[in-house]
Amino acid sequence: MTVVARASALVKRYGESREPAVDGIDFSIREGECFGFLGPNGAGKTTTMRLISCRARRSGGVLEVLGRDPSLEDRAVKRELGVVPQETNLDDVLSVEENLVVYARYFDISKEDARVRARELLDFVQLRDRAAWNTDALSGGMKRRLLIARGLINQPRLLVLDEPTTGLDPQARHLVWEKLRDLRRRGVTLVLTTHYMDEAATLCDRLVIMHRGRVLVEGKPAELISEHVAPQVVELVAGDPPVLEALVNAAAPFARGHEVLGDRVVLHVRDGSALLDALGRTDARYESATVRSATLEDVFLKLTGRSLLE
Amino acid sequence: MKRPGALPSRLSLRLAYRAPDVRWASAARLWQRNVANYAHTWMMNILPNFFEPFFYLLAIGFGLGRFVESVGGVEYARFIAPGLAAVSAMYGCVFDATFNVFVKLHFDRLYDAVTAAPLTPEDVVAGELLWSLTRGLLYGVPFVLIAAGFGLVHSPWVVLTPVAIVLIGWAFGTIALTYTSLIPSIDLYSFFFTLFVTPMFLFSGIFFPIETLPGWAQPLAWFSPLYHAAAMMRELFGAVGPTDPLAAAGHGLWLAALGALLYPVAPNVFRHRLIA
Repeated sequence: MTVVARASALVKRYGESREPAVDGIDFSIREGECFGFLGPNGAGKTTTMRLISCRARRSGGVLEVLGRDPSLEDRAVKRELGVVPQETNLDDVLSVEENLVVYARYFDISKEDARVRARELLDFVQLRDRAAWNTDALSGGMKRRLLIARGLINQPRLLVLDEPTTGLDPQARHLVWEKLRDLRRRGVTLVLTTHYMDEAATLCDRLVIMHRGRVLVEGKPAELISEHVAPQVVELVAGDPPVLEALVNAAAPFARGHEVLGDRVVLHVRDGSALLDALGRTDARYESATVRSATLEDVFLKLTGRSLLE
Repeated sequence: MKRPGALPSRLSLRLAYRAPDVRWASAARLWQRNVANYAHTWMMNILPNFFEPFFYLLAIGFGLGRFVESVGGVEYARFIAPGLAAVSAMYGCVFDATFNVFVKLHFDRLYDAVTAAPLTPEDVVAGELLWSLTRGLLYGVPFVLIAAGFGLVHSPWVVLTPVAIVLIGWAFGTIALTYTSLIPSIDLYSFFFTLFVTPMFLFSGIFFPIETLPGWAQPLAWFSPLYHAAAMMRELFGAVGPTDPLAAAGHGLWLAALGALLYPVAPNVFRHRLIA
């Protein structure tokens, strides 16, 4: 399978004295897949996106994007790349359609082709009826969709999206997800960053979890869950600390792993109801119990540790 | 993350002169973007920049001018018109290459979008410079035509004023872009305008010949780009006597050299600001 972007021991330092924003990461993004960089704020995701899209120069390691070195051939790389930024940077004096046409011209696309593509993309992101609007008048979700359309104007081989749904309401998020899944089906390679676990799980074929500039794990969402945590999670809420302690002592032997979080204990188990049955035969008490399937969030919390995030 | 406004920490001083690596076809794309943008805002833009020198011509040239016998035997409006044409061109490019470019760089993040496309920071500066020259022409040429309408032009060399205005735009565009690239805060433009543009406007031989300045101040005027801009325009207008093409070319060369000297600064700083 063709690799469209590849990094090895990639490092980015913004200043000699500061900790590296990206601290020796490896990844390899294959043509046609949706690849995710998952992690909390400050994990180095945005910096990684800027390195890929030639807007930051690496401090060390190897980076290859679309077969080229971005620090040597930035114009050539950017010609085949689409970028959807985290912060809205539309041209707000221009209309919605003009934004796309003007942007297309940066790629030396002819005016006629630019108009045709702009209309097609406005159809795709469901903004055709807003073509003449001023971008100031668009909602947050519409602006994000317009940014996605803009990122696609040069028919890129690789579309880089930095937190494509941060700050959007649930309806707008789902519409963006739908568009991104649609793009993936059409064969566009997607790279995205997110700190939403559900977003990573629903969109990404493969992902890495980043933390403090490093890659902790890499894999498919379902595999990461089965490798790192048990299939089910039981959350028990206890009252006083002594009760909680007794509960943990009683429940822990039945679980593969557990974490105590405030007044709760989270247990990773193969079968949640079996654990509750077993607990019922002891004298442990709890206020409430929730059984659910394990998610990427559990993997993430297990790998990074909750305390580190605060 | 980049801290907006902070001066790049790794900005190194290069002593060797190196022309920025610009792809002019890409720079022209940013110029086209500015044209599209201007099509929406020209009504708001043209008023202050163009009408200000025009009002000076009416008020000072024809108003105050009635109380001024003559300057070296020349009617006062005829004396100041070429300098005001130079001022008009200067304002046209300076207002854009200061506030507008600063806003695009730091607040609108326009260049962040533009450099995600195949344009480089060098192309961005070159595009803005091209636009600066265009603005100089947009404000300077109509002023020349109006002055001609008032009978204030007395030399066929006036047909070369667009070339002269391009040189004025080149010099003031690079000055303004250099300043814009270096300042961390938009408030610092007050220094640029009150300590540089305004004194230049008043003491560059536009309203009175620099020979009337005190002896010690006269050599200083030679360092004012606007002095050369105004003197060049005065030659091309034939305002104070027959056009001396060599004198005009000399002033043009001075402006061209200043622009060439400053030109590499802004692209370098823009690269540090945009490509971390």
